[in-house]
Parts: sequence; C-alpha cells; structure tokens
Amino acid sequence: MLDSLLDSTERETDLVWLSVLTFLPILCAAGLMVIPGRFKEWMRWWSLLGACATLTVAACTLIDYHRLLDSHSDRTTRSLYHPANRLDHRADQAAYDAAQAVPKPFSSFNMFTRRAWNERFDINYSLGVDGVSLALILLTALVTLCALVASWKIDQQLRGYLAMILILESGVIGAFLAVDLFLFYVFYELMLFPMYFLIGIWGGGRRKYAAVKFVIYTLFGSVCLLAAIITLYSVDVRDFVPKPAGDLRTEEVHTFDSVTLSRVGRAVMLVLSGQEERIGVQTVAHGQLVPTMPDDTNATVPLLAPGADREAAIARLKAATICTPTFQYILFALLFVGFAVKVPIFPLHSWLPDAHVEAPTPVSMILAGVLLKLGGYGLFRFAFPLAPWAASELCWYVGLIGAISIVYGAIVAMGQTDFKKLLAYSSVSHMGYVVLGLATWSAGARAEYWEMGVDGAIFQMLAHGITASALFFVVGMVYERAHHRDLNRLGGLMEPMPAFGGASAILFFASLGLPGLCGFVGEFLVILSAWNFSYALAIPAILTTVLTAAYLLWTWQRVYFGTNPDTAQFAEMTPRESSVLLTFAALAVALGVLPGFLIFQWMEPSIQGWVDALVRVRG
Amino acid sequence: MLPNSEQFSALLSTLSADLVAFLPELILAGGITLLLFLRLFPQLCRVHSGFVAAGVVALALTTLLGNGHVTTNADWEPGAFTGLLRLDLFSQFLRGLLLLFTLLLLLLCDQTGIPDRDDSADFCVLLLGGTLGLMLMTSANHLLMVFIGLEMASLPSYALAGFLKGQRTGSEAALKYVVYGAASAGVTLYGISLLTAVFGTGNLVTVTQGLGHMIADSESVPLLPMAGLCFLFVGFGFKLAAVPFQFWLPDVFEGAAAEVSAFLSVASKAAAVGLTARVLLLLQEANPESVRLAETLGIALAVVATITATWGNLAALTQTNLKRMLGYSTIAHAGYMLMALSTLRKDGMAAVLVYLVMYLVMNLGAFAVVAVLRNRTGAETIAACRGLIARSPAVGVSLTIFLASLLGLPPLGGFVGKFLVFSAVYDAGQAYAVAGSPTLEWVYSLLLGVGIVNTVVSAGYYLAVLRSAGLDEAEATDASGHALPLGEPWGVAVYLVGLSIVLLILGLVWNPLITLATSAIR
Repeated sequence: MLDSLLDSTERETDLVWLSVLTFLPILCAAGLMVIPGRFKEWMRWWSLLGACATLTVAACTLIDYHRLLDSHSDRTTRSLYHPANRLDHRADQAAYDAAQAVPKPFSSFNMFTRRAWNERFDINYSLGVDGVSLALILLTALVTLCALVASWKIDQQLRGYLAMILILESGVIGAFLAVDLFLFYVFYELMLFPMYFLIGIWGGGRRKYAAVKFVIYTLFGSVCLLAAIITLYSVDVRDFVPKPAGDLRTEEVHTFDSVTLSRVGRAVMLVLSGQEERIGVQTVAHGQLVPTMPDDTNATVPLLAPGADREAAIARLKAATICTPTFQYILFALLFVGFAVKVPIFPLHSWLPDAHVEAPTPVSMILAGVLLKLGGYGLFRFAFPLAPWAASELCWYVGLIGAISIVYGAIVAMGQTDFKKLLAYSSVSHMGYVVLGLATWSAGARAEYWEMGVDGAIFQMLAHGITASALFFVVGMVYERAHHRDLNRLGGLMEPMPAFGGASAILFFASLGLPGLCGFVGEFLVILSAWNFSYALAIPAILTTVLTAAYLLWTWQRVYFGTNPDTAQFAEMTPRESSVLLTFAALAVALGVLPGFLIFQWMEPSIQGWVDALVRVRG
Repeated sequence: MLPNSEQFSALLSTLSADLVAFLPELILAGGITLLLFLRLFPQLCRVHSGFVAAGVVALALTTLLGNGHVTTNADWEPGAFTGLLRLDLFSQFLRGLLLLFTLLLLLLCDQTGIPDRDDSADFCVLLLGGTLGLMLMTSANHLLMVFIGLEMASLPSYALAGFLKGQRTGSEAALKYVVYGAASAGVTLYGISLLTAVFGTGNLVTVTQGLGHMIADSESVPLLPMAGLCFLFVGFGFKLAAVPFQFWLPDVFEGAAAEVSAFLSVASKAAAVGLTARVLLLLQEANPESVRLAETLGIALAVVATITATWGNLAALTQTNLKRMLGYSTIAHAGYMLMALSTLRKDGMAAVLVYLVMYLVMNLGAFAVVAVLRNRTGAETIAACRGLIARSPAVGVSLTIFLASLLGLPPLGGFVGKFLVFSAVYDAGQAYAVAGSPTLEWVYSLLLGVGIVNTVVSAGYYLAVLRSAGLDEAEATDASGHALPLGEPWGVAVYLVGLSIVLLILGLVWNPLITLATSAIR
C-alpha cells in the first residue's frame, strides 16, 4: 500500500481518503486498547476525538464531491446533474481505463477506487461516493458522534463499549461506500457482533432475549443476501466487462461488481420486456466512455462493454439462466427480504421494538439513526438496480408492503404506553415511507414523479435519522431522571425543564411532519409521488399522517403538559445533554427550511441519474 | 528373477528419490523411537517430552517444506515405492497441514499441562504415531496402504481417547471408539478384498479407473465392485463421522481430553477428507466427460452431506457440554465438507482444502479455549463460560472470534471456507446443467439451500455459547460483585490471540491459499 503511494502511476488520493474515512473509527478503537484501564475519561475523549475526525473527513469528502459535480456542470441548468458524474459511469470508466493494454494511471479525482483484493474470484476493494451514500455517511458520523456524547455516563466495561461503537461506525461507513457486493457483505456482517454485544451487555432487563432476536433476524436477512450474491456471481458477464483491444479470450467472467451486474440487470430487463433490439454497446471517444445525456432520446441503451460483439452477447444473454422471469423474481425477492429485515418492514419488524426497548440510549440512537438506513440504502443501491425487471413488475406490491408498514406502525404506536416502544413503532411507520417512495416506479413522462418519490425516500431517511436519534435521546434523558418510561406516569416536564421541553417540541413536530421542519419534506415528496402512482397506496399514507400527528401529540401531552409532583424536581438539561439535543433541533429546522440548498443540490444529481438509468430501460 | 545391474541402479535411484520425499515420515518414526528410548534414561526424563516431540515435528515440517522437488501427478508416473504411495503436491499439502496441526497441538499441550511430565512420553508417542498414520492415509495409492493408514491412525486414537486414566467417561469413550472402529475396519477390509478380487490389483489408480469406466459406461453396475466401493466408503465415513457412522463421536469427544478431541476433530478429519477426495478425483478422472458418476455417487454423497450437516446442527442445539457441542459441530462441518466433495469437481476439492486450513485454526482454537476453561474452572460446560469476556478478555474475545468463524461470519477465515464450498456447489449445479443433466442442477441447488439453512440453524448454538460468555454474569465473583479474573497463564493468552489474528488474516488474504490449493489439486 505504502509503495503505491510513492509510485506516480499507482498513486490515488481518493483511495487514501475513502479508506481513511472507513477505517479511522476502527483505528481509534485499536488505540483505545493501549490506554490504561483507569484513565476512563481519556478513553471517552479519545473516542470522541475519533468520531469528530471521522465527521471531519466525511465533511471534506462532501466538499470534494461537490467539486466533482461542479467540474461537469455548465451552470445554465438548475441541476448539477451530469451523467459523467454518476457513480456507475465513474466505475465503468475506471474499469475501462484499467482494462487497457497499457493501463491508465488511476484517477485521484473521481471519488471511486478499485483495487484487487482476491484475483481468483475477482473480488475488489472498491469504494465509491455518490450523493446518496455521502448523505448517509454524514448522518452516520454525526449520529455516532452524538451517541458518544450521550454515553458519557456509561461506566461498565467502558473500553469494550467504546470500541464496539467505533467498530460499528466503521462497518456502517464501509457498507455505504462499498461498490463490490462481496465487500459490502463483509462490512454488513461486521456490524452484527458489535450490535449484539451493545444490546446484550449494556442493555436493560430483557437484553439477552433482545440481542439474540436481533442477531437471528439480521442473520436471516444476511443469509438471503448471501444467496442473492452467490446467484449474481454465477452470471457470465464477459460481454459487460471491458477488455484490452485484441484480447480474444472467450472464457466466462464472473464478478461481484454491482455496477457491472446492474448493467446486466438492465439488459435482462430489456430482453424480458421484448426490447432486446435496444441493447447497445458503450461507445468510446478520446479514451472516455460516452455517457448518455438526459435529453438523449436515442432508443439504444449502451449496456455492453466497448468492443463487445452485440449479436453474440444478446444470444448468450438470452440463453443464460438469469434471463428468465423466475430467476429475476427470486433474485429480487432475496435482495428485498434481505434488506427488508433491516428497514424493517412489516412483517419482519418484530425484532426492532425489543432491540430498541432493551438497548441503552446511545445504542438506540445509532440503531434508529443509522442501522435502519442500511436497509433503505440497500434497496436503493442493490435491490432495484440489480433486478430492475422484477422490481418494476412488483413495484406495486412493494409499495403496498410499505403502505402497510406505515399504517401498521402508526396504529400499534398509538396503543403503546412505553415511551421507547412507541418510538420504535413510529420508526416502522416512518421507514415505510422510504419503501413506498422507492416503489413508486412510473414510466416515461411520469418518471419525474418517481424521481420525486426517490428524493423523498432518501430525504426521509436523513430526516428520520435526525428525529429518531434525537427522540431516543429525549427518552434517555427522561429515563435518567424518572427511572421509568411509562407514559401514564410521566407528565408535567415542561415546568421544571422548559428548555428541554422547547427543544424536544421541535423534534416531536419534525417527526410528525410539520411543514418547515425536516420530517415534512420527505413525507410530502413521497406522498406526492405515491398519489401519481396509485391512489390505493397514497390514500392510506395520507391518512396515516393524521394518525402520526395524533399519537405524537398525545405522547407530547402526556409527557410534558400538566402538573406532576413526581417530576417537579427534575433538573434542567445539562450542557452536555443540550449540546446533543440542540444540534439535532437545529438540524431539524435547517433541513426543513433549506432542504434544497443543504441536501438536494448535491444529492439529487445521483438520484436523477439512478432514475434516468432505470426509466430508460422501462421504455 | 534378479534384476540386471542397469535395472538395479534404476531401482536404486528411484528408491533414493522416494526416500527423500518420504523423509518427513521417516523423521517422525525416528522421533517416536527417540521418545521411547529417552524413557530408558531417568536423568533425561527431566525434559518434558512435549518439547522433544515438538522439535521432531518441526523438523519434519521443515523437511517437508524443503522438499521442493516433489513428483507430479502425471499418468505415466507409478508413484513412490512401486506405486504404494503417491507423494504429489496434494499429499504434500495435506501432510504439511497435519504436521502443522500436530506442532500447534503439542505447543498447546505444553501450555495446558495435559499430559503431565510422567505421561508425556506415552502421549507424544501416540500422537506422533497417529499423525504418521494419517500422513500415510493422505498419500496412499494402494488399497493396502489405505487400510494400513486407517489402522495406524486409529489405534493410537483409541488409546488417546482413554488417556485420562481413572476416569469412567474416558474409558467408556475409548471402548466405544474401539468397538465402532473395529467394526468399520472390518467392513472396510471386506470392501478392499472385494475390490481387489474384482480388479486383480489393489492399485488405487487401476481400481478407480476400472470402477469409473464401469459406472460411466454400463447401464447397471455389477454388484461386487459397487459393494466394495460402498464398504470402502464406510471406513472413510467412520473417520469423517458422516451420518450414519457418527455415533461414536459425541461420546468420545465428551470423554477424551480437549486436546485429544482437537486431534480427532481436525487431524483425523483432514486425512479422511483428503483420502476421500483422492478416491473421488481418481474416479472422476477415469471418465471426465460423463455425468453418470455425479448422477450416482454424487447424489448419494449429497444426500449423506445433507443428513450429516442437518443432524450435527440440530443435535448441537440442545447440548450443555461444550465438548459435546463442539463434537456435533464437527459432524456438521463434516457435512459442509462432504457437500464440496459431492461436487466431484476440482473446484470443490480445492474448496475443501482451503476449508480444512480454516477449520484447523478455528477448531483448534475452540478446543484450546475448552482446555483453558477445564484447567481454570474444572468444568467443560457452556455454563462454565459465563462471563468469560469479563473474566478474561483475551480468552473471551478469542472464543468469540473462533465461534464466529465456525459460524461463518466475514471477515474471518471460516467465512472464506464456507463461501468457497457454497460457490463450488453452486458452480457444480450450473456446470452439470450445461453438461446435460437438469436433475443434477436441482440436486446441487437444493444442496446449496440446505447449506444456507444449516448455517442459520448453527447460529443457534454458537450464539448460545457467546451469549453465555458475553452477556451472562460470571458465577465466580469477588466480594464487591466484580467478576474474578480467570487467571490463565500468559502463554495461553498469547497462543489464543495469535490463533485469532491468524484467523482474521486468513479471512482477509486468501488468494495465496486458493492458488496453493488449486495447484495441489491439479
């Protein structure tokens, strides 16, 4: 690794920075091991420093990414979108460059890196950034930082606790960055054990049950995922990977590269929907792959690698097992179930309330704020692009599952008396919007509504990450003072803790989707898109907003209003607590008021490209 | 008829070449003699024989690794010692694995104090003798050598199983092992005599070629050779602990010392897998284009693999004794290895070799933790692990890593092994579909599904141990309620942490290993 930094053809700064972003938390966890056990305060500050550094690197990555977007922007259009900036285009270009007879030097500025990890199985260490992954990485770094601040009071086996949280952060960031399916799976599994121990050792009364339930559900999901990955690996992609000119090798090629496999997926979709004549070969001009511009109405979709024999490739593809409806349905189902467990979607959600109730406050924050997002991200990044045909056939049902989650989560939340359990079910309901937004796949001219839905879904993930983490922190603060979470015995908190009440009011309203706060933007976009997709799905989602408002306001009343002698002596929030809560409250307002400036301007181009790629093959 | 001088010198040069290739075994045999002789001199007995034995094994291992000029697997080559042994890269790989394992095991024994100094000579002699037998098994090229290897490996194992003298469970385990072993040896011998009678020779290549052609060409296979083959596989199945020959294993594991269980679990299995893989490869090479072999033997093996893995995993779920649970887990892993063997393809065999390397490290580690627990707490139950992570972070975290790897979680070595096996099974299905057998495609897809479901089931018992080690409070606490430190010697801690780091590295960098395994198969 080090000698490659010195070699000018091998040197690649984005490889270094993306690796630093991924592994910095683990390095800090390793550093914790050398701090002697009695310096507990040092350990806390050290891990806080690590989390801060990670957030800083993530923010710098955002600046870098913005520069990348800017490099192709002509500033005459509203959007920074340019197809050459799409992650898949950058990945394809890098593969093309590397496949030349004399490989070109790696680009340091494309925010994508691919190095061989295992040549025999073509497993690559490939990391890439686009708007969506970057937004979620920023969220991860922020929530982890806040969770570390929130865990200042934890004293039992502190070293292990902090190490677990940092390892978890590395796993999540790695999973968001990974482009190679195998690498993604490794990072995805890396999160399993830290979370198991975090719930199981530092949790509440039924922590062991909750921890084991969490692991079994997650393992079920990841086994489905593994089956899907092995299935995808069996696909012969020889016509989809670039080869040096004059390379006449004809053996099968298999890959874990999700970008290549998503091109296969789109080609299969064209074949299965009877449009195989539209499959085209990528063209090259001046050593660069020619991207498909958004206004390009050319019917041909360039999917095959440059130099591929189109007729033979289509014939081979049609003969392959992957090109059958059954295969596509199974593939999509495996991917969908794998990620649905993580989202979680009804009926695979039942681990979530248990895990949330038993986990300590900071772990709940990470669980709600970060880990659930991996499910939505997986659907966005892998499930839809890798099996687009099945996704488009089944999208109404996927939306239906999302809508059921929305309604079910809200209704069950209504009946809870445990504050944390109520928030857990509200998470099920809120994450349902993510699934619904992704599922509103409408074709052709109405694709802009789908784009809106996907925009809304991703934004909803960010907004939910902020509000849910914050509300779990609120519960933790209340619990520290009252030592119970029973909504019927709480009340009157506004009187002793006005500042706390004010800050949490913002977050409650943000969570129920009040315009001007972050929860509104995502839900509104999703509902708008759902309305144009199917009334049957939109109407329950719309009506549920009333339910959401009802249960959250009712909770608000039961916790904060009234007078209650039991709570009258509670102390106002400490500076440490307010630093967490006010950060979240400020973000909730900022994202609600300026979503376009803060998020969409750099996130939307990626979504636009994603939608464009998929809609083009729907025809 | 005596050979003339030209033939004689040719024979002599072949013999010396063979002897050089056979040097590791000769060193082991010399070491055994040395250990026995050392007992004659009381003043020399102050040295713990474990160190002497470890030195001998290390010497044998270096000699083996230094033997670069091994013979290749070309068809014209008759094999070493007029065709009795085949000292090719494949056997080189497995012999290296066995020697490495024995070395690591001896180092562990030096740390854990089983055997004590008085018994150490006996123990080490038995261990080295067993290893020698296993090494002969992996390089056997003749049915006679197969039987000799099997028996040479089995007899020391019987004695080792009952090595803890004065313990009822140990003696019972040894007796059970002997009875099962003797029965299976008898059946194997019957199979060997049938095969030798049919083909007129015991040479493995000739026999398997004849069998392969019989299976591939004719519609109905003659009863006699088929029965011979089945009886031969009974012997392999006994060593592998494949269902229905697994009954001895849990009892033996429970009764024997953890170190001996590790030997039976890893070394015996490695040799049995190697021997089975060799026979299967030879059978397939007899008629590479035909799918008939896969349609008969492959499906049968797939069925056995399914039952073995499922049986092992289901039975392990209800165990409370750690060694017994690891015993059932050993059966389950034999099932996974059989899955790869049942593909009858080179990919699958290479996958098994890699799997064995990972399995060596993680299972040795798990049994080492059991040995430490036994020494420090006197119990070998899952309950004895309670609060282990709090009591001793080094042992607890290592146990977590070993069990997570046995479960097959990335980025640990066990995941790589499982991944290779599963993808080999999947590829076999696809390849046989192309070769024109949709039945086989179904069989192997089903087998893949069975493997995946089994992995999920196995999470149940591995996690139960981890739950006990990580989440439960320790039983042994001091006055203020803090968990008492386990107080393991630092050597053991270093040993365990070292093994877990190796496991992690194997999970991250496995390209060289696959290259090595693939070249060994070719």
